[in-house]
Amino acid sequence: MAAFDDATLERHGVTHEEYNRIVELMGREPNLTELGLFSVMWSEHCSYKSSRVHLRTLPTEGKRVVQGPGENAGAVDIGDGLAAVFKIESHNHPSFIEPYQGAATGVGGIIRDIFTMGARPIALLNSLRFGNIDSAQTRRIVDGVVRGIGGYGNSIGIPTVGGEVMFDARYSGNPLVNVFCLGISRQDEIVKGAATGVGNAIYYVGAKTGRDGIHGATMASAEFDDKLEEKRPAVQVGDPFMEKLLLEACLEVMKTDACVGVQDMGAAGLVCSTCETGARGGVGVEIDVAKVPQRETGMTPYEIMLSESQERMLLIVKRGREKEVEAIFEKWDLHAVHIGEVTADDKLRVKHNGVVVAEVPNLALTDEAPVYNRPYAEPTNRAAAFVFSKADLKPMPSANDGLMALLDAPGIASKRWIYRQYDHMVRGNTIALAGLTAGVVRVKGTPRALAMSADGNGRYCELNPRQGAKLAVAEAARNVACTGALPIGATNCLNFGNPQKPEVMWQFAEAVAGIGEACSALETPITGGNVSLYNETDGRAILPTPVIGIVGVIEDAERVVGRVFPSAGLDVVLFGRNLGELGGSEYLNTVHGLLRGEAPALDLAQEKALHQLLVEVIGAGYAKSAHDCSDGGFAVTLAECCFDSGATGVSVTVPAASSDGGVDLVAATLFGESASRAVMSVNPSDTAKVLDAARRLGVPAAKIGVTGGRTIAIAIDGHGVVIECPVLDAEARWSNGLSKWFGGSAA
Amino acid sequence: MTFAVVVFPGSNCDHEAQYMAETVLGQQVRMVWHKETSLSDVDVVILPGGFSHGDYLRTGAIARFSPIMGAVKAFAERGGPVIGICNGFQILQESGLLPGAMLRNRDLRFHCEYISVRVDQTDTPFTRLCTPGQVLRVPISHGEGNFFAETAVVDQLEKDRRVIFRYTNVHGEAVDASNPNGSVANIAGVCNEQRNVVGLMPHPERACERRLGSDDGLILFRSAMDALATRGALQAV
Repeated sequence: MAAFDDATLERHGVTHEEYNRIVELMGREPNLTELGLFSVMWSEHCSYKSSRVHLRTLPTEGKRVVQGPGENAGAVDIGDGLAAVFKIESHNHPSFIEPYQGAATGVGGIIRDIFTMGARPIALLNSLRFGNIDSAQTRRIVDGVVRGIGGYGNSIGIPTVGGEVMFDARYSGNPLVNVFCLGISRQDEIVKGAATGVGNAIYYVGAKTGRDGIHGATMASAEFDDKLEEKRPAVQVGDPFMEKLLLEACLEVMKTDACVGVQDMGAAGLVCSTCETGARGGVGVEIDVAKVPQRETGMTPYEIMLSESQERMLLIVKRGREKEVEAIFEKWDLHAVHIGEVTADDKLRVKHNGVVVAEVPNLALTDEAPVYNRPYAEPTNRAAAFVFSKADLKPMPSANDGLMALLDAPGIASKRWIYRQYDHMVRGNTIALAGLTAGVVRVKGTPRALAMSADGNGRYCELNPRQGAKLAVAEAARNVACTGALPIGATNCLNFGNPQKPEVMWQFAEAVAGIGEACSALETPITGGNVSLYNETDGRAILPTPVIGIVGVIEDAERVVGRVFPSAGLDVVLFGRNLGELGGSEYLNTVHGLLRGEAPALDLAQEKALHQLLVEVIGAGYAKSAHDCSDGGFAVTLAECCFDSGATGVSVTVPAASSDGGVDLVAATLFGESASRAVMSVNPSDTAKVLDAARRLGVPAAKIGVTGGRTIAIAIDGHGVVIECPVLDAEARWSNGLSKWFGGSAA
Repeated sequence: MTFAVVVFPGSNCDHEAQYMAETVLGQQVRMVWHKETSLSDVDVVILPGGFSHGDYLRTGAIARFSPIMGAVKAFAERGGPVIGICNGFQILQESGLLPGAMLRNRDLRFHCEYISVRVDQTDTPFTRLCTPGQVLRVPISHGEGNFFAETAVVDQLEKDRRVIFRYTNVHGEAVDASNPNGSVANIAGVCNEQRNVVGLMPHPERACERRLGSDDGLILFRSAMDALATRGALQAV
């Protein structure tokens, strides 16, 4: 080993073993530029070297899958020859360093992934995790992230139609910003990121290349420590207007057949886009970096190749069609620059003013990247650490006070303060009913709509990563089904700590196994996703947080329902069994300050039957509203059904849960978080039909009460009325629970 | 009847305007690229919402220099109905076709939500089918919609009955709590002296189908069609 000293290799995040492998693959020592190429392509962020062995086990096939993992995004068949193209991605590390730009460029990146496939992006979602809200630092990050997501999405004109957010001290040093984008394309017009046709031209389009973001992928593959401030130059700055131009121009170009492949420049910039398109097409790619438009002077080939400047695209254009493509970009005031050609060999060849400065086989950078089956082990005494007894509890509040405390918790309280900063309607597809359990957009030109939801519960995963991951899939699919949509496809964003720690790797492996199990059972294959590891600061990892995005189809958009009780005089039907499970619950967290117990059980067959029932009953027009039971349990769900309704109340009587959750039977009945449950309101004339359908599908169901009055009244068999409070009082708590921390009014 | 929807590179509500006019109202629509210079073949001009040229400078400050704006001015001077929605309103202000300027929302945050606006004047081509005082439920979606003008200018607007829309509560009362952005006198929309150019911050084109939340906005465009039909009838006589 001669060419580089240890410090250089370390700076590049390349181990000695990896270096030896590079030399072997190249048949010689790499130069510094080549080492840089390997450094980013073999980083965890780009290569998935620690996760790949596990990800391979995920179910990726199904009759509606049009495009599985491996391309810029996945795609599923939504009928009429159309495909929904979607993916979720993380931008965690940059968002901690610079919340506004980190979040904004996360949105920009996922949008590029979608239109790169030839699909017009029509909806965004996000899944956010922050530290405790009583910390000013957390609120600064929340504010920046929300502004950043809005700043980008609002300007480019893609609606943010939904999202979820949770707060926990374990995210204080590593907030999570996961963003999801969905687009629509004709199935036969999906564009792949492959270079083909020797002699075809390689074009660079978009923003000029600067020194920003160099080694961003490498940064995203390391833990944070006290030198955080020094990493700020590795965060990029977003320009949504430039991306809007790129989006429109690229979609216009792709409508012609002049372009054979497209790839965006995200993580690892030019390196990644050139070698991946070459590898996918089985060809070589030769470019001259001197031709790349540059924002700064004196940039080296190393810097140009590794820059992660935003809003840039690589296009492979048919020979002879160059003028046509250039004209379209000119119309949008963009300059498409011819920087190279597709070649007959299998190499990425980088020239600088005609002189070769790097030459590496494409496959060495992509397919030959190391794959590690890192050691993993369940921490000893893990289960024992989560046991709790009544002695660990704080004084028990009354049921009313318990409900009020939960409605006031920022994770449960209304997210209006956040979503009203997002344009959630632009493009005129959003079905903007108050309180949808998932984002819903209609598909123009068809009677259909698409529902989408992103969910994950780090607390459950901390207690049991396999179970928590299954529950995340179930909840996302249930949210989608509650609008009336049949869940048909999934994407995942896996946020974990340092994979070199066996206990973190164990969490990861378990979570992936759980996702696989649930996605198979619910017939929602994984079509793509993203892994974010090293979410640690000063050696402390985040809660393991797999976030699952699920897409569903509603056959008749007119039938979509939201969570809100639309009127008085409706029957209220509860589906599912209440096992009184309080492990990992919002109740234990908020009221008793505990993250303990066992994650809720999940019977995937029951869950699937519930979704079928929801789709059938809503599709038949029987349901007036539907809402799933999740964080905060049944009582919170029921209260939320009354909010935004103009103070329509409800009065119900439910059976006691089958256990006291280790706390108290009333609390377990009201706030337990058993899965596979939902609350529906129904015209009394349709109640028998709904209950019949439930019986046929094997879903436990009962009419528990009626809507009406101005109070939320809950009685438990054998315990009498345990909660009775005016809707408006409860709603005021819920409306202000989040906004009060930001000095905003709820109005 | 032909609606023109002017498309700036950063327009993003152009599709909604097109869908409203073409699919919901069944009219002809011409999407007019901002580098074009003629509007001789259209009946109504819509300047849609969005971020015309990125709006990193003042909103609409660059769009006023787009080639099409000369044609928009000429069209307005001929008495043609022009409506500027959100960013389109801002562009009309920057172009001098409408008075006032937009400040950032008073809480310095972007607001996207349904609000109520009251139609104060019905003698414009876009409000002639409304009843005076009618309250419409339509969305807003902007970060800079805080209408400002000097007191003398506002007084003159009031005197000339050129305040067309005001933010109100559902009962049509223009109270401070119903003002989403801090606009002076709750002003949501105004017209020019000739009353054929109207600008407003709310998005009537987003409220044109019940299933998306509201169809209260359609009346503005139906009004324009009615105005032109009436004018056409008069010309034929």
